[in-house]
Amino acid sequence: MSNPSHNGTDEVRIGFYICHCGHNIGAVVDCPAVAEYTSKLPGVVVSRDYKYMCSDPGQELIQQDIHDHKLNRIVVASCSPLLHEHTFRTATERGGLNPFYFQMVNIREHDSWVHTDLIEATAKARALAHAAIRRVRFHKPLETTRVPIHPDVLVVGGGISGIHAALTLGNAGKKVFLVEREPSIGGHMAKFDKTFPTLDCAACILTPKMSAVRSHENVTLWTYSEVVKVEGYVGNYKVTVQRKPRYVIEDLCVGCQECIKSCVYKEPKFSDEFNVGLSKRKPIYIPFPQAVPQVVLIDPERCLQVKTGKCKKTCLEACADRQAIDFNQKEELIEVKVGTIIVATGFKLFDAKRIPQYGYGLYPNVVTSLELERLVTSSGPTAGDIILRDGSKPKTAGFILCVGSRDLKTNRWCSRTCCMHSMKLAQLFKEHTDADVTIFYMDIRAPGKGCEEFYDKSLREGIRFIRGRVAEVTDWALAPEEEGKLVIRVEDTLAGFVRRIPVDMIVLAVGMEPQVDAQEVRRLFNMSCGTEGWFLEKHPKLAPVSTFTDGVFIAGCCQGPKDIPDSIAQAGAAAAEAMALIDRGYIEQEPNTAYIVEEECSGCKSCVVLCPYTAISFDDAKQKAIINEALCKGCGTCVASCPSGSIKQHLFEDEQIFSEIEGVLAYD
Amino acid sequence: MSSPKPKIAFYWCASCGGCEETVVDLAEDILGVIEKVDIVLWPVAMDFKYKNVEAMPDKSITATLLNGAIRSSEQEEMARLLRRKSQFLIAYGSCAVSGGIPSLANQFTREQILKFNYEDAPTVVNEAKTRPRLEYQNNGHTLTLPELRNVVRALDQVVDVDYYVPGCPPTPNITKTAITALLEGKLPPKGSVLAPNIALCDECPRKRTRPTSASFMDFKRPHQLLADPELCFLAQSVVCMGPATRSGCGSQCPAGNMPCTGCFGPTSRVRDQGVKLMSSLCANIAAKEEDEIGKVLEGIPDPIGTFYRYGLAKSLLRRKMNLPFSGERNGHG
Repeated sequence: MSNPSHNGTDEVRIGFYICHCGHNIGAVVDCPAVAEYTSKLPGVVVSRDYKYMCSDPGQELIQQDIHDHKLNRIVVASCSPLLHEHTFRTATERGGLNPFYFQMVNIREHDSWVHTDLIEATAKARALAHAAIRRVRFHKPLETTRVPIHPDVLVVGGGISGIHAALTLGNAGKKVFLVEREPSIGGHMAKFDKTFPTLDCAACILTPKMSAVRSHENVTLWTYSEVVKVEGYVGNYKVTVQRKPRYVIEDLCVGCQECIKSCVYKEPKFSDEFNVGLSKRKPIYIPFPQAVPQVVLIDPERCLQVKTGKCKKTCLEACADRQAIDFNQKEELIEVKVGTIIVATGFKLFDAKRIPQYGYGLYPNVVTSLELERLVTSSGPTAGDIILRDGSKPKTAGFILCVGSRDLKTNRWCSRTCCMHSMKLAQLFKEHTDADVTIFYMDIRAPGKGCEEFYDKSLREGIRFIRGRVAEVTDWALAPEEEGKLVIRVEDTLAGFVRRIPVDMIVLAVGMEPQVDAQEVRRLFNMSCGTEGWFLEKHPKLAPVSTFTDGVFIAGCCQGPKDIPDSIAQAGAAAAEAMALIDRGYIEQEPNTAYIVEEECSGCKSCVVLCPYTAISFDDAKQKAIINEALCKGCGTCVASCPSGSIKQHLFEDEQIFSEIEGVLAYD
Repeated sequence: MSSPKPKIAFYWCASCGGCEETVVDLAEDILGVIEKVDIVLWPVAMDFKYKNVEAMPDKSITATLLNGAIRSSEQEEMARLLRRKSQFLIAYGSCAVSGGIPSLANQFTREQILKFNYEDAPTVVNEAKTRPRLEYQNNGHTLTLPELRNVVRALDQVVDVDYYVPGCPPTPNITKTAITALLEGKLPPKGSVLAPNIALCDECPRKRTRPTSASFMDFKRPHQLLADPELCFLAQSVVCMGPATRSGCGSQCPAGNMPCTGCFGPTSRVRDQGVKLMSSLCANIAAKEEDEIGKVLEGIPDPIGTFYRYGLAKSLLRRKMNLPFSGERNGHG
């Protein structure tokens, strides 16, 4: 019933271009045939096919045709608008037209890449082209608006990636909020003794960065905190951070740890998370000696005072005048405004119990690579002694690789670091115990800089390598030399027979997995996950740290397994991407905002509550709804739900959408 | 040829007769109308023969106000005939404008409808399963009946329509406005609906009582509560079509403590009235989990009858299958 608008009195003159994209489209869609078909459609003045429309000559073709044929609408059938909509809008603008007189048709991702039948694919391209040609007639000239970008950045996750990103941005003079869920920053790297392939001390290179980020004038560090809400959009995010109660006032505690000494629990009694349960801690504790911040915290599940209210509170006495301990501390919600977000939430280690035949949890001397890492560390629970559970030194050890990696039953991906990590631990193992060490592997993957050389060194140092996926670990001795040992059963695929190898200690090189709450974090920041659960980058090659949400970047292992150098490289890249946005100062906002036709609005108020960006308010005097176009993000919720059709949306007017649908359905 | 008085025709197709009542409801005003015009056809009130109409020159009727939906071959024939004879053809009332209540039949196939009405309905006794036939021979005479079409259609789905007067029935005031405009030659562009193009809330006396933050915990039907006579029906969880319906009726239903059921149809900006109100109500349902949402929606047991009561023929929803308008020529069996 609506009258088609004609955008003034001018006749519509459409230029249509179909791109071969080399063989990407040309091999599946008969591009000249589509151009021939569209040339006969009403309003089409020029219809061409061309090898690469996005190339300079391709773009110039559009500009020349606008001039020569007085075109006033442009349609290009090629790839995804995500890739080249901007390119062709710019070409349209250079030709002297408003860029929004352009419409793009995706016949690559939506057609040639997903179909094999040439005839059908060509028919689909014709239908899609017809739809766009019908639609573009109703396009209107629009202007983009510029919205300023808030210069502050939120970095989520205080592992090495998050720390590096925060420091990079801080050094560039950007204000950063660094949020870490655990009581200390440092992440997995803080638990490592040495790093491959250089064998330099992890703490020596990490702790200075931890302290630097803590004391940096531009970085606000919130540990023991989590992001609980993210609102807004690129350039203008509003983030709510929940600060969990430590029961210790961070600003007053100096980290003297007198309170820990004087706790009513004389001996540490509770499993220590940082040492993966290999040692004990008290209810009041500091996660590890180099923890940043150097602030103790109270475990509310264990502290008598917090739990029962009945304790002598000897810790309070020890803290004395500082009065840093506050048993009544409550969680706190802080709201900050930032323009960009870097998510560096890391990974979780594979739970070795999921492969029961390796005996983790059943045989005490089967440990994970991280547990061995803690044993090797001089600041660890054994002060660097590698010992069996009975306190004796192991004389033989076996490393099993690909535990929870490259395995159809658990995780299919390669965790990338376990080969090198295991060789590093094997070398340290030999160094610390002089034991016989064997690595059971499927393939050794040592592609990084200095890594193949490190593999050579492992071989030279007498570490044995047996190729084969270990079938099982058992304590069932079949021969006298197996008595009291753990026996590894494996098919040695190089020797060609099944072997039984008795050892004292078994180390499982557990792989990396997405964090348990990766899906919730994904939703929180409006990102995507791949099928495996790692956060999805916008483009695997060209946009490796961007996400599909503008202004949200990813770094480190939350994107996929990687080693420390790669994590840091990504963190730097994410910081650079964030800075590129911030330093430009504004974002061009697509003019796809909704607007209310005031005289048509009946004031039914249906839309007001629906707007996720609180852009709609109600004018009580006029009894009409009002949209603040500066806040509108063009989601279209109000447009779809306005019962009287009085809210419209630029770029998505009803007549544009309906004519597009009719075009798809009505082509011949 | 032209008479000093304009010639007006009233005709009815698939309708209940309510629209005819409205003309009579003009009360004293009807006399004014009759004084100014010659009524050349009005089957409900006066005796005319169709062949008289056929004999008229083309375009000799100034305006025909046709009410009722088109669902039989005879109605289709009359619509075409009157179109030919009239300068202006006006779809009068919801059935002619958008299919009206008769078009709810589009939820069923013709066979389902005939079977129920001639065999399965509890009040029917028809052991021989006799059904009306298009032709019947009796003593050398051939008797015929119109054919029931597969689909109930609005008038403009059969012939070109000049203007629309909505309502079930159209209220006397918009009827008067339409006729006055017609007689005074002050007509808007062809294709217009002769009613305000703003939704009913605009003139609803309850408008100010609707909270901006309303969300639905449940839906109630009018007989399930004692409705507050002043509070917005949506604020009382009663489905009211007002936000999706043209104003112009004077808010008679809300004034009578009944929610709007949508008879004036959508504004010119809306293609499908039902889907618009559904979209708006569903977006405002408080529950977020699928099974909880399902429970809330149980309060609307008949969504088609609720949201498409007057407009199924013109909605995006049509038939289960894309049936041809006409069935086989050999009968209704």
